[in-house]
Amino acid sequence: MIRVIAARELRGLFLSPLAWTLLAVTEALLAWIFLILVNDFQNARGRLAALEHAPGVTDLVVAPLFRVAAWALLLLAPLLTMRLFSEEQRTGTLDLLLSAPVRASQIVLGKYLGVLTFLLSAVALMALMPLTLMAGATLDGGKLLAGLLGLSLLAASCAAAGLYLSSLTAQPIVAATATFGLLLAFWIVDVGAGRGTASELFGYLSLPRHNDALLLGLVRSEDVAYYLLFSVAFLGLTIRRLDNLRLQG
Amino acid sequence: MLVERVMTGEPLVAVERLSRRHGQTQAVDAVSFTLERGQILGFLGLNGAGKSTTMRMLAGVLAPDAGRILIDGADLLDQPRRAKQAIGYLPEQPPLYQESTVDEQLCYSARLHGLDRAASHRAMAQVKARCGLANVGQRLTGNLSKGYRQRVGIAQALLHDPPVLILDEPTAGLDPVQAREIRALIRELGRERGVILSTHLLPEVQATCSHVQIMQSGRLVFAGALAELQQRRQSACLRIGLNAPPPVVELARLPTITRVENLGGGQFRLHHAAGAAPARALLDQAHVGGWDLWELTPERASLEQIFVELTLGWETAE
Repeated sequence: MIRVIAARELRGLFLSPLAWTLLAVTEALLAWIFLILVNDFQNARGRLAALEHAPGVTDLVVAPLFRVAAWALLLLAPLLTMRLFSEEQRTGTLDLLLSAPVRASQIVLGKYLGVLTFLLSAVALMALMPLTLMAGATLDGGKLLAGLLGLSLLAASCAAAGLYLSSLTAQPIVAATATFGLLLAFWIVDVGAGRGTASELFGYLSLPRHNDALLLGLVRSEDVAYYLLFSVAFLGLTIRRLDNLRLQG
Repeated sequence: MLVERVMTGEPLVAVERLSRRHGQTQAVDAVSFTLERGQILGFLGLNGAGKSTTMRMLAGVLAPDAGRILIDGADLLDQPRRAKQAIGYLPEQPPLYQESTVDEQLCYSARLHGLDRAASHRAMAQVKARCGLANVGQRLTGNLSKGYRQRVGIAQALLHDPPVLILDEPTAGLDPVQAREIRALIRELGRERGVILSTHLLPEVQATCSHVQIMQSGRLVFAGALAELQQRRQSACLRIGLNAPPPVVELARLPTITRVENLGGGQFRLHHAAGAAPARALLDQAHVGGWDLWELTPERASLEQIFVELTLGWETAE
């Protein structure tokens, strides 16, 4: 049942011009940044050769590219998730799901997996650019995979938050704005944090900070757990919300 | 299973003291009724009488504040999936994805109701033929006319062959020809199923339903067979014209007369008990009293009048 709902959601995304536009725009922007990074790396080659333990192409091109890609996800996720539940509430198609013999958790997971599959294919597209470097350079496969894992976990978190906020309103644009605001808040929550226990808390809450270690090739269970908890929490809230919709009418 | 149920006499749908509030207003107030196989139950009421709220609760889209709903023997709250499998629901707005084709829409709905791919396609072919959708399979639902959208909505409710159909204003917004087609379809479907439909059109109830329930401000003010409602028409009145009318009190004293309306110009409407025949006595009295009778017409309340009387909460002539 989850698969049926996910397949419809994914199909709907691939049929909508919005999703294609988003993919094209982010891909074009990332390509531009990728070119600049490769160019900088070329120019710095002479100086790098003189260094001992010089950072490689993975550190100087792939990691910064993925850092920008994380920002791209911050823009992509709200726009891709905004319609998931809000549109169904607005047009009344939610009644079809609510009157079908399906659990609320199945509906939520189906929609989540559908949009996540799309976001992951966007991440895969982003990964294609650094892979072209393999034609002329050796990439650090471990670091590349760790970076991709980071982006995927980030995508999973953003999608879960977007799904929840989309269930709160019948206006897609309100859902998108709220999701963007919420994610941005989690993005910059550690800005201005100095030292001390409170700052550590804010630092821990920060979404992209947990991606830093992954970009360096360091897969820490602490970071993975953070993203998973973030996603599961919002999925749980969405299921609750869907049950509440029945009560509130 | 069917045989067993018929033998135990368990109704297809049993609703017990269903209640639901919307903010301060009591949208549905302790409504109870049952539905058997082969019955087409018409929910009648003015806008805002609680018809849609009741139907949404039956379909499991809205949770009741109190009360119990049993569908095909399964409690909607305890075994929601078993109960919902037995329901085909058409909301007021057919739940269609604008960007899907009719085929995609129907396929999705069938799969949601647990049909596998092959079964979905068999069911789709059958249902499309039945609802006259054979030629529009590839059209986007968003581009269809209101009549076709309504048909897709009904087709969608039929796909998993549910024993109970809940149709919220199935003919709203259709032209008369389309409405007639849909009514014929509903009558046909009602033969082997239990159908509940809501409407605020009386002729529709007369044309399709075997049973009627009239709702007013969340309460059931009438429930029974269509024939019973029509019988109320017998509880009628006499319209008389007199050139030399006596005081109204004298008319009211006539046997079996319950109420007298003075229509002016020597004309009166005499309400009398159902089944009584006061004309004889009236004629005698008119003769004795020299009232000079020039008109005597038995009047039957139209269904419309009964409906208005019931929904506006007037005392009906019992």
